Amino acid sequence: MIQLEQVERVFQVGEEKVYALRQVDLTVQKGEYVSIMGPSGSGKSTLLNILGLLDRPDHGVYRLEGMDTTELSERRQAHVRRHKIGFIFQFFHLVPRLSAAENVELPLALAGIEHRRRKGRVAEALERLGLADRARHRPDQLSGGQRQRVAIARATIMKPAIILADEPTGNLDRVSGQDVIATIEELNRDGMTVVIVTHDPELGQRTNRQVRMLDGRIEDDCRGPS
Amino acid sequence: MLIRDASKYALQGLVGQPMRSSLTALGIAVGIAAVVLLTSLGEGVHRYVLGEFTQFGTNLIGIAPGKTSTTGFSGAVISNVRPMTIEDALALRRLPRVVAAVPVVQGNAAVKYRQRSRRTYIFGVGAAAPEVWQMRVAQGRFLPDDDPRAARAFVVLGSKVRTELFGRDNPLGQRVRIGSEHYRVLGVMETKGQMLGFDLDDAVFIPAGRALALFNRESLMEIDLLHAEGSLSSEVARRARQLLIDRHGDEDFTIVTQDQMLEVLGSILNILTMAVGALGGISLLVGGVGILTIMTIAVNERKAEIGLLRALGAGRRQILSLFIGEAIVLASLGGLAGLMVGAGGAWLLEKIVPALPTHTSWRYVLLAEGLACLIGLLAGVLPAHHAARLDPIEALRAE
Repeated sequence: MIQLEQVERVFQVGEEKVYALRQVDLTVQKGEYVSIMGPSGSGKSTLLNILGLLDRPDHGVYRLEGMDTTELSERRQAHVRRHKIGFIFQFFHLVPRLSAAENVELPLALAGIEHRRRKGRVAEALERLGLADRARHRPDQLSGGQRQRVAIARATIMKPAIILADEPTGNLDRVSGQDVIATIEELNRDGMTVVIVTHDPELGQRTNRQVRMLDGRIEDDCRGPS
Repeated sequence: MLIRDASKYALQGLVGQPMRSSLTALGIAVGIAAVVLLTSLGEGVHRYVLGEFTQFGTNLIGIAPGKTSTTGFSGAVISNVRPMTIEDALALRRLPRVVAAVPVVQGNAAVKYRQRSRRTYIFGVGAAAPEVWQMRVAQGRFLPDDDPRAARAFVVLGSKVRTELFGRDNPLGQRVRIGSEHYRVLGVMETKGQMLGFDLDDAVFIPAGRALALFNRESLMEIDLLHAEGSLSSEVARRARQLLIDRHGDEDFTIVTQDQMLEVLGSILNILTMAVGALGGISLLVGGVGILTIMTIAVNERKAEIGLLRALGAGRRQILSLFIGEAIVLASLGGLAGLMVGAGGAWLLEKIVPALPTHTSWRYVLLAEGLACLIGLLAGVLPAHHAARLDPIEALRAE
């Protein structure tokens, strides 16, 4: 599914070159549930951005479902993001002036899917996440947990192969966080590949595979709940 | 992305900031209103002036003696301009497709009736003058079709001269004195009003031959031809030119058809309308700068949203068109408001000040709305380009 080979990412900060990723090799199989952990500045966010095709490696190869993505044009990359990748962010990133349903509908609209085929899909996604009665609410009328569930509905509406979550519980209280994690794990049980970046060791423990990063390198990669 | 979704998205963006959006749209609205109002005035004046000139009929050809041209000689050369005579007018009358020919001599003299006297315009004309100039006789009749070389001493009064000289009395059959001769009043013309400040009713009409003698002239000042409806004025003018060259041996006269005159006049007035429209355009430009400013602010405020859209699979091109679309929607809504205000203002102006002719031309209205959209497009390009160039990771971090 995901295959990184000798991936490097270098940022120029003033005169200095900062290595965000150094020779990272990583393979994730279809249906895996992976957490990436490590201190700030260890390169885990950069790794997630590269996995999500928001960033390009300076060296190495990233294959997604066997396709070399590093050579893709900007347009093709956007297309892959649209159809294969779903993002979940720490700060939800809902569009404040759109209702919950409209936020969920956004990827469908961007993909140019016809109106009459959208409504059902949006309603179904909201239903599945227990938000059916919140469809017309705007984000500022929703609780944090509800907002993140709207974001999850939006991330999954295109039925992507991979869910990339960046600190999905980082901005939520304990109960809402557990709720959101349960939702994500359910997606994983349904066959979606899930990669979570987190600081939270407790959340990290729950995944079947933990990748630990330090200074842009993968320090440790262990399978099975430890 | 479907057009419908894109425009809905743009609209939602604008509705999200109602105060800001309406103020920005107001800038464009003022500009468009100014363009529409000013071009309405320009078109009104245009139509008014053309109307003034066509009230004498449209199938007219005017022939005046003398030719404006420059040759190799300088200084006083012997003038070879032959006088244009009543015989010329008679000959022109016999041309095919010519319905009537009026010889014209014009001057200024006192008209006296008993103790009353009034200095007024004297027109020496032929019997066909009412037909050619589209005037009507109110009382009595016009000059008879005498032999123009020996016409009887009859006069027809303009309506103003009639009231000034005769008051309530019936002028028909009375004698008036013009110069040293007595004329019998044969008729009174209908009121025609003023043309460009020239009072057409303050005039009297006498036979052309007598006017030549009165003013001691050899040459007519003009011959006006009326050609048949549906015949080409240029063709009639060509025949008239040939005839006069045969008679005079040289082209010592100038022919102006009504078509040519209206064409020249029309193009001058069009430039006038364009010029006032361009003045309004300046305020449109200011409105455009307003849109540019607001869109730049909007892009900065919505960086996180732009990052999100990129993450959801929007390409740079989509971001570009979304923001340009928003600017165009903003400008065209402002433009529509401006159209209503401008057209309504022009209408109201005509109601309040009826002397001020206005005419809202759809051509200029559509042009103005198109211009508003274009300004939106131009003002949107820069901020939208900036939005499309944003690094999605940076943009997502901005919150």
